[in-house]
Amino acid sequence: MRPGDRLHFAWDALHGFRVRTALMLLAMAIGVASVVLLTGLGEAARRYVIGEFSSLGTDLLVVLPGRSETVGGPPPLLGLTPRDLTLEDALALLRQPAIERVAPIVIGSVPVSAAGRERESTVVGTTADFAPIRRVEIAAGRFLPGGDPRRSRPVCVLGRTLETELFGGASALGETLRLGDRRCRVIGVLGSTGRSLDVQLDELVLVPVTTAQALFDTPALFRVLVQARGRALLERAREAILGTVRARHDGEDDVTVITQDAMLATFDRILGTLTLAVGGIGAISLAVAGILIMNVMLVAVSQRTAEIGLLMALGAPPRQVLGLFLVEAGLLALGGALLGLAFGVAGTWLLGQVYPALDFRAPAWAPPVAVLVAVGLGLLFGALPARHAARLDPVTALARR
Amino acid sequence: MLELAGIGRDFEVGEQTVHALRDVDLRVAAGDYLSIMGPSGSGKSTLLNVIGLLDRPTRGSYRLDGTDVTGLDGAARAALRRDKVGFVFQFFHLVPRLTAAENVALPLVLAGVDPAERRERVARALERLDLASRADHRPDQLSGGQRQRVAIARATIMEPRLLLADDPTGNLDRQSGHEVLEVIESLHAAGLTLLVVTHDPDIGRRAGRRIHVVDGRVEEPPS
Repeated sequence: MRPGDRLHFAWDALHGFRVRTALMLLAMAIGVASVVLLTGLGEAARRYVIGEFSSLGTDLLVVLPGRSETVGGPPPLLGLTPRDLTLEDALALLRQPAIERVAPIVIGSVPVSAAGRERESTVVGTTADFAPIRRVEIAAGRFLPGGDPRRSRPVCVLGRTLETELFGGASALGETLRLGDRRCRVIGVLGSTGRSLDVQLDELVLVPVTTAQALFDTPALFRVLVQARGRALLERAREAILGTVRARHDGEDDVTVITQDAMLATFDRILGTLTLAVGGIGAISLAVAGILIMNVMLVAVSQRTAEIGLLMALGAPPRQVLGLFLVEAGLLALGGALLGLAFGVAGTWLLGQVYPALDFRAPAWAPPVAVLVAVGLGLLFGALPARHAARLDPVTALARR
Repeated sequence: MLELAGIGRDFEVGEQTVHALRDVDLRVAAGDYLSIMGPSGSGKSTLLNVIGLLDRPTRGSYRLDGTDVTGLDGAARAALRRDKVGFVFQFFHLVPRLTAAENVALPLVLAGVDPAERRERVARALERLDLASRADHRPDQLSGGQRQRVAIARATIMEPRLLLADDPTGNLDRQSGHEVLEVIESLHAAGLTLLVVTHDPDIGRRAGRRIHVVDGRVEEPPS
């Protein structure tokens, strides 16, 4: 039998039993569509979270004082508290070619007052480079001045919420703020910081790093944000930080460097697994569709027993009968899969219209895999009814009308 | 052409064994016209199915065109049916979703004959059976006699040398039955070996050789 005739015969048979064909197509389509939609949802979630982290800067490293791992051995005789991370340490990092910017951070809490209102607030001491590293936007005025970070200046930048709380609706620009026992002039107000998973910048007071060190009476930095010259140099920047600090701290590795990348990779892995899991749930509906194909094909075989007997009488060998029913099951599965693909694409598009913030797109592997699995399942589950048909006894089959 | 020796066919019905055919010896020469008659359940159809290679005998040997076909497997028997045997059934067995032309073409399709040649052969067969105007009709748009003529066209499209008709007029009125029989007999006149199972003694009498099957045994009264 010619391949074209085989297809044509199967096509005619599918056409001849329209309701059954439509139902099977629908079942298969739902299976494939759910794989596409669910993996699309998983991918959207993954991309959303990755996007959130990227907005913090994927070329960012965070230097913390102290070492994260514990080392065995006898307890040291001399007190071995980790050395402070100092402003000089931070500035020394700037000499490394792999490092673009450095923002030292000192953080603490003091009562902040202005115009008779007072509230306890977090004060962050840093440098001008904090703004580009954290992609901070300025709503009014300007950010902390550049220049030598060792110089202390009585200026500060306010978060939006804090401005409203202290000054009512009025502008804080040029006003004087009391931070503990010091004063500073407000030179800027932070705008929206965009999407950020980190600290609420809205409720902060930013001051020059030396001002904060004097305010909290400590030379130690809370941490240092380091921006590498591009993602490719992240690892080199990490080594440069460790090397520099080791040289400055008498050969002690007493800082911990965290890359944004490591966190990203972890989230990426978790969410990638999540996508696979929801894809698996979709695959279950594919399997259900496959079993449905098997049932309906079995019914079809028993409905068409007389026809099978006739084909055998006309000289169709068992293999040919098997092939005809397999082609039919394969066509059903393929048609359903393509229909489901259309449903899935339409569905993701619709979701994208309803929730424009999320980027709904099935991962590239999902549609072809879903279609392949659908056709594979169709053939697999079509095989049993087809074998059943091929093994019919022609005499008994012909006796059925 | 056909040579049946000691053919037996048993069916297991529940606990009992039914002997549908017992020790049948039958020789049919090429070009013979046989009618097979007998009461219901006597084994006529089983005999026809064994001859048509649809059924396997339990015992005995069967030679078709000089070759022993008793032990052939399903695929080999299917190939022989395709090339050498044409079937006409009481209930026509047309595929309802296919047109008359498509039904006639079915054996050619199964045999993988080229579509252009197929169209030509089908058109000629329909023409011969006076069905050219009905080529695109589905079976439910045809009368009983027309359906059986479509079935005959289908049975002969592969140009077999043996035509087996199992009660071809049993489901037709007298007039169309007569017409169908004339078509079949004209094929015999053209050289086909013809075996017709029938209940109708008038039809049975028309054959050159008459066989009676009674209780699984074949009797041939002298003509």
